Amino acid sequence: MTKRSTWALPYAIFLVLFVALPLILIILYAFQDGSGNFTFANFTKFFRDADAIGTFALSLEVAIENTAICILLGYPAAWILANKKLNKSAVTIVLFIMPMWINALMRTLATAELFHMLGVQLGKGTLLVGMVYDYLPFMIYPIYNILDRMDKSYAEAAADLGATPWQVFWKVQVPLSMPGVISGVMMVFMPTVSTFAISEFLTNNKIKLFGTIIQENINSSMWNYGAALSLVMLVIIGITSLLQDNKKEVSGGIV
Amino acid sequence: MKRFFAQCYIWLLLIVLYAPIVFIAVFSFTESKVLGNWTGFSTKLYTNLFTGDMQGTGSLMSAIENTLVIALVAAAVSTVLGTIAAIGLHNMRGRGKQAISFLNNIPMLNPDIITGVSLFLLFVFLHVSQGYMTVILAHITFCTPYVVLSVLPKLTQMNPNIYEAALDLGATPFQALRKVLLPLLKPGMISGFILAFTMSLDDFAVTFFTRGTIGLDTLSTYIYTDARKGGLTPELRPMITIMFLGILLLLIVINLRKIRNSNKAE
Amino acid sequence: MKGNDYIIEFKNICKSFGDKCVLNDVSISVKQGEFLTLLGPSGCGKTTLLRMLAGFGSPDSGQILINGTDITDVPPHERPVNTVFQRYALFPHLDVYDNIAFGLKLQKVPVNEIDTKVRKVLKMVSMTDYEDRDVESLSGGQQQRVAIARAIVNQPKVLLLDEPLAALDLKMRKDMQIELKEMHRKLGITFIYVTHDQEEALTLSDTIVVMNEGKIQQIGSPTDIYNEPQNSFVADFIGESNILNGKMVKDRLVEFVGHEFECVDEGFGEDVAVDVVVRPEDIYIMNRLEGSQLSAKVKSCTFKGVHYEMFVDTDKGYELMIQDYNAFEPGSEVGLFIKPADIQVMHKERTCNTFEGEIVDESHVKFLENTFECPEGHGLEAGDKVKIEVTFASVELIDHPEEGMLAGEVHFLLYKGDHYHLTILTDDGDHLWVDTNDVWDKGDLVGINIAPKDIKLVKYND
Repeated sequence: MTKRSTWALPYAIFLVLFVALPLILIILYAFQDGSGNFTFANFTKFFRDADAIGTFALSLEVAIENTAICILLGYPAAWILANKKLNKSAVTIVLFIMPMWINALMRTLATAELFHMLGVQLGKGTLLVGMVYDYLPFMIYPIYNILDRMDKSYAEAAADLGATPWQVFWKVQVPLSMPGVISGVMMVFMPTVSTFAISEFLTNNKIKLFGTIIQENINSSMWNYGAALSLVMLVIIGITSLLQDNKKEVSGGIV
Repeated sequence: MKRFFAQCYIWLLLIVLYAPIVFIAVFSFTESKVLGNWTGFSTKLYTNLFTGDMQGTGSLMSAIENTLVIALVAAAVSTVLGTIAAIGLHNMRGRGKQAISFLNNIPMLNPDIITGVSLFLLFVFLHVSQGYMTVILAHITFCTPYVVLSVLPKLTQMNPNIYEAALDLGATPFQALRKVLLPLLKPGMISGFILAFTMSLDDFAVTFFTRGTIGLDTLSTYIYTDARKGGLTPELRPMITIMFLGILLLLIVINLRKIRNSNKAE
Repeated sequence: MKGNDYIIEFKNICKSFGDKCVLNDVSISVKQGEFLTLLGPSGCGKTTLLRMLAGFGSPDSGQILINGTDITDVPPHERPVNTVFQRYALFPHLDVYDNIAFGLKLQKVPVNEIDTKVRKVLKMVSMTDYEDRDVESLSGGQQQRVAIARAIVNQPKVLLLDEPLAALDLKMRKDMQIELKEMHRKLGITFIYVTHDQEEALTLSDTIVVMNEGKIQQIGSPTDIYNEPQNSFVADFIGESNILNGKMVKDRLVEFVGHEFECVDEGFGEDVAVDVVVRPEDIYIMNRLEGSQLSAKVKSCTFKGVHYEMFVDTDKGYELMIQDYNAFEPGSEVGLFIKPADIQVMHKERTCNTFEGEIVDESHVKFLENTFECPEGHGLEAGDKVKIEVTFASVELIDHPEEGMLAGEVHFLLYKGDHYHLTILTDDGDHLWVDTNDVWDKGDLVGINIAPKDIKLVKYND
């Protein structure tokens, strides 16, 4: 009918320039040496560097642990929030959403300062606790959302077919809320595996995560090695995204 | 009984979650340089923050100003760009639509550090000197997808005949857009703008990589540098408290409106 | 309690949501093996009642018995009933086979037995070979079959069906009706069916319970309900009908549309106002006047497939709907004839509006949570309780709700041959009945005025 399809053109150009091209540049730089020649050296350097590999493994470990703790703490909370019988007020829901709106560095800083005042030794323990503090709301929100919107008739149908409340929960509601859990995993795992400032704050620079190494290399003009490390991270992210269903739930709608 | 335990769990979690912020807020009312050391009630940190009577004030104040300016500009541009893109995308079919949707999802899925590094490499590659401009461009890059995703559902929910009805009644395409389409898209645009604005306010990593070396600071990078210097500038405490209360207020207003609207719908 | 052969008994069920009463003293008994339909417009309480039987929601008062045992407080998973849900509620994370096997697995039935049962029931609903399909890839009709299979595989004593065909298109609905009827015969279990579709109810049921606004209007076989509606609501809701104001002159003689007709009804008394129902297919229409009871002029004639549907104006100015296999030209003069047995005479539920009220002063009375001007000289004291009567015709309706003494909404309307009889629901939740010649639609917002001279005060005796 109308030519309104052409309206997407400016944004399409913008996307190519600011999204596609930069990603291609990461790949390009990753396979080049300082003077622009093709090389695998950046990757062999990474795989031979025990420190770098160690940090990489630690980053994965911390991210997985953080995600797991967030699910364990967050699922019951989301469940309670979405259950009209257990939670009638909207206030608690807003209170759980609110931290998502506050600058992450500020929250982390506040947490680190609290540890400091309590005299807790900063290290891996505080790193994990601090990350759970930071990311728990991001796990609760998508799970709450999907539980809240879930058609009541599924639970009723299960009860009607003879399922006890406990069976209704495990056999119907948990499997049906999996897309929410997966969104939550994406929103928690991705930032934790890639963070740098947060880990620096929470461990007083004692523990380096993978993000910090990338940052240090880029900042000290080791662009090619930094790009190679970024590419490694991109691969991890790519693998994680495969978890998500094609009909993915967009969980951006906080407003 | 079940309800009691459930509420206990929820509130326990909330108390633990809010402890650090409450702690900061409490200690924003004392003059002590060191956190946790209560030296009597005082609003000096607040007056310092507003009158700029402190060490290194200039840089904190300008960081706040930069943060707000960047967030406003980025959110405004993103809203315009994203809305136009959403209308175009809604009218597209096939490969082109898929390609744009795919690229649109990337900045949302990518960790900040990847977005930051990749844009840094882009500016290096293009020999663009980094500063205010590059930071704003970078923010537009990761904000626009959220606007597109806020506006698109409004378009799909819309009766496809509405635009045609306006044309049928004699409106020119431009009038139909201005008088019919845009008013209907407004709620999506507003939530897209708010989302973009807060995303920009929150950002640290992308700004960190694209701000160059001219000493441009936003609140996030200021805090980062400040914290790495060791010891938090005391004036950040009232700053955090005020931002926290501001967001609390904003969310209360939004949610009250939502509740009132849904009551009206019933 | 035992000794009767009722499988299900609802006893004096009442239920309110907030201050809205959705079920008002409902009692129904269902025989073993019966196909019983709860029929009524949306919001009449039929689904609430069905859900109570399944265990979702409990009555405020009253009892539900299954086989003579009180199950009012038994949780859903322990009840010997299964439900086919509105929009099916098939579990999207399970395939067809696992959906059907869900209940059996919970009962820990041995695997091979589950397998035999699932296959048997799949065959019964003609869905063999669909075991591995994703339920979301099925058409509406197929999902429907899986939902039925999932319920009956558990061999419930009672199968509950909540508007199961509502989401299907017309052709599919007709086919499924036949299959359901066949399935009911084969299984031999009790079916309780909820629908708002009167035709579906007439086709399927052994017994129909017509409900409106939380009350049972009539219980009976499809033929009883169709041929002998007990009130104007049932007559209007089931099939097409001419509903008219009438007067029982004496036994076996009723007057309506300005003529006297012989009928078969007795015992109403003499000169009693009644409602009269004549089905459009029961009016004989002919080109000549001899042998007819009254004359009329054809206004419109529309071909409806099997028959023609005509509207005629009678000699005394009433409009009637007639269905006949022959067409009569608009404008032509025709004669009409109605057999005595085809005239259904019903008691009127009310002949005027009556309200409880209280005298405010010499010229004001308070009722319907409002103060109205009323004729002076009633000789009553302020604060005296009175009964207020207002005839249907004297209530005035106006377009703008805010300009009336009361505001309300047109809730239900009935064409009575020469005027409309409206039920108005006021904003305060009271009912008001109005006769008018103006055309209103259901859901219209109206203002309501009552002139002082039309307010009749009746003193209580005590």
